[in-house]
Amino acid sequence: MTTQDIEAFGRELDIIQRDVVASLGDSDRHYIRRAITVQRSLALGGRLVIFASLPLLATPLFVPVIALGTLSLGVAKILENMEIGHNILHGQWDWMADPQIHSSTWEWDNVCPADQWKHSHNVMHHTWTNVIGKDRDVGYDILRVTDKQPWKPVYLLQPVYNVVLAFLFQWGVAMHDIDLGALRRKELSVDDVRPLLRGIAKKAGKQLVKDYVLWPLLAGPFFLPVLLANLVANGMRNLWSYAIIFCGHFPDGAQTFSTMSIEGETRGEWYRRQVLGSCNISGGPLFHVMSGNLSHQIEHHLFPDMPSNRYPQIAPKVEALCATYGIHYNKGSFARQLGTTMRTILRLALPSRARKLAVAA
Amino acid sequence: MKNVASMVARVASLIATPLVPADYVSLVRPLVLANRARVEAVRDEAPGVRTLVLRPGRGWRTHRAGQHVRIGVAVDGRIATRTFTIASSPDSRDLEITVKVQGRVSRALVEATPVGTIISLSLASGEFTIPEGAPIRPLFITAGSGITPVMSMLRTFALRGTMPDVAHVHFAREHVIFNAELRALAAAHPTYGLTIIDTSVDPRRLTAALLAELVPDFATRTAYACGPQRLLEQLPVQARTEHFGAVLAPVADAAPGLVQIGAAKLRSDGRTPLLRLAEEAGLAPRHGCRMGICHTCDVTLKSGCVRDLRTGARIDEPGTKIQLCVCAASGDVALSD
Repeated sequence: MTTQDIEAFGRELDIIQRDVVASLGDSDRHYIRRAITVQRSLALGGRLVIFASLPLLATPLFVPVIALGTLSLGVAKILENMEIGHNILHGQWDWMADPQIHSSTWEWDNVCPADQWKHSHNVMHHTWTNVIGKDRDVGYDILRVTDKQPWKPVYLLQPVYNVVLAFLFQWGVAMHDIDLGALRRKELSVDDVRPLLRGIAKKAGKQLVKDYVLWPLLAGPFFLPVLLANLVANGMRNLWSYAIIFCGHFPDGAQTFSTMSIEGETRGEWYRRQVLGSCNISGGPLFHVMSGNLSHQIEHHLFPDMPSNRYPQIAPKVEALCATYGIHYNKGSFARQLGTTMRTILRLALPSRARKLAVAA
Repeated sequence: MKNVASMVARVASLIATPLVPADYVSLVRPLVLANRARVEAVRDEAPGVRTLVLRPGRGWRTHRAGQHVRIGVAVDGRIATRTFTIASSPDSRDLEITVKVQGRVSRALVEATPVGTIISLSLASGEFTIPEGAPIRPLFITAGSGITPVMSMLRTFALRGTMPDVAHVHFAREHVIFNAELRALAAAHPTYGLTIIDTSVDPRRLTAALLAELVPDFATRTAYACGPQRLLEQLPVQARTEHFGAVLAPVADAAPGLVQIGAAKLRSDGRTPLLRLAEEAGLAPRHGCRMGICHTCDVTLKSGCVRDLRTGARIDEPGTKIQLCVCAASGDVALSD
């Protein structure tokens, strides 16, 4: 690819974005407002169904009813974190100038404080996508996901703590803004990160009290079933968001970059890096919504502040553009993207034998 | 009892975190949230003029006759906020605004806001009011949709049965908003003297001579005037005035330049208010009254010089909070987001 090609590719992407921005309007506003209404109804409805199951404790109806309520609450938590929270916090809906739905005021149903997330994710990850040493999402400071990361003995344990991370994913998200690498290297002291820890403690405290004290207490003698239902709902959200997010940049074919390789990067080259470092998941409309449209990770990385309901519309155009310019557009089934990611995590627990270099397109 | 109630409210808010309980209740009852209202009914007053009957949400405090509210409504998906005078009396059951099509937002309110729409609504504010309890002999000078605050006052006098000795001169072109109601009030209250001048057929304009002819004792009355800037500039009497939008001073020496707001760079002609400049460039800055009152649109001046369009004063001290809605750039300017 010549320099002119890369810049022409960038200009075509700019046009796609400009056209979407120019056409934003009432139907987009209805979309996000309906998503919020559906999500809140599922959350409240789920909690009420869980309560409705309690008098049925001794009957065979108990298990299906409490399972239904828990499923509804879990789905609500997934929608809240992904299609709604993640995307609002990106500023995707700030163009509406609606004080109720704005990145500057939104707080999400997650132990991670929104302000910390906006820094660690929007600033660090989206700017430095897949640049080793800059983007902490490359293995989140604890996993080895590319053989460009030097092997250490602790990675022998990563098949185990990878599973633990999946179940406790929101806690991983909460710790996201704390630079564990810098702490280990003693570039940061605990005092430096204390304000962040305090923010997490405050937010997490409220979240824990809500799901594991107050709602169960409302059920009186049925404290335990309600607590367990909430635990399962939070766990569903953890596993699902882990699975979707790990499919974003770790499947086979996703490229990583060195700080050297991005020096003096132009807009066009930045776009190219976002495409090469991101992976899409194929699926139907419901799957896309449940993934917060992170199944369109490539489009999301090209235009992080574009309303997510527009990603499915522009994806065919972006894919065609990538084909024209010979840039690999990494798209695969959920099973393929998750499967190759898990295989990599298992494989890279061991030291690499021969260093295979990814060939840049 | 009060302590118990506040305890319950605290627990309820913890149970709904990170939202508040009203966010859930509003799924079925939207008006439990503050700063909003539902359009309950609409009534056409004249071509391009419509009255919206509003039901305010929780936290609404009643207004004083003559005050205004800020109303926000979605236009092309974006919330736009404008100021409207309340036309109804605080003593009436309904809260009403009467809107005349003048721009994008008023057009949306008149033509595309069906019954049932939820809009945002601020508390009432404004000093264009009649002092409570004091004896008063008002002179009202109004033009066009400037009738609305005075309508609220007249309706209040009528409802309370306290119509004072009022002289009212109203200018309108062709369609007189509230025509029938004004004439009925004049017929029912001998102390309410009304003159309506239809400027499309009547050559008379507001002058001291005209005022002396219509209201011989005008100099001894307390004058209230509301209408376009042109009317207020020609007032032959000292009056308490109300104007829709800020009263702007002329800009003689506009200095064009580049305006940087956050990451965006905009070209300014040196006289367009920064808020309009930003909106025309597709940005969506927070804003409220658009007339320099509410400070919702305040941003920090990082460098350069802006001009307060109301006074013509220049502001060039970095770190000063400036109001986007009533300031224009004077040369190159950088503002924080």
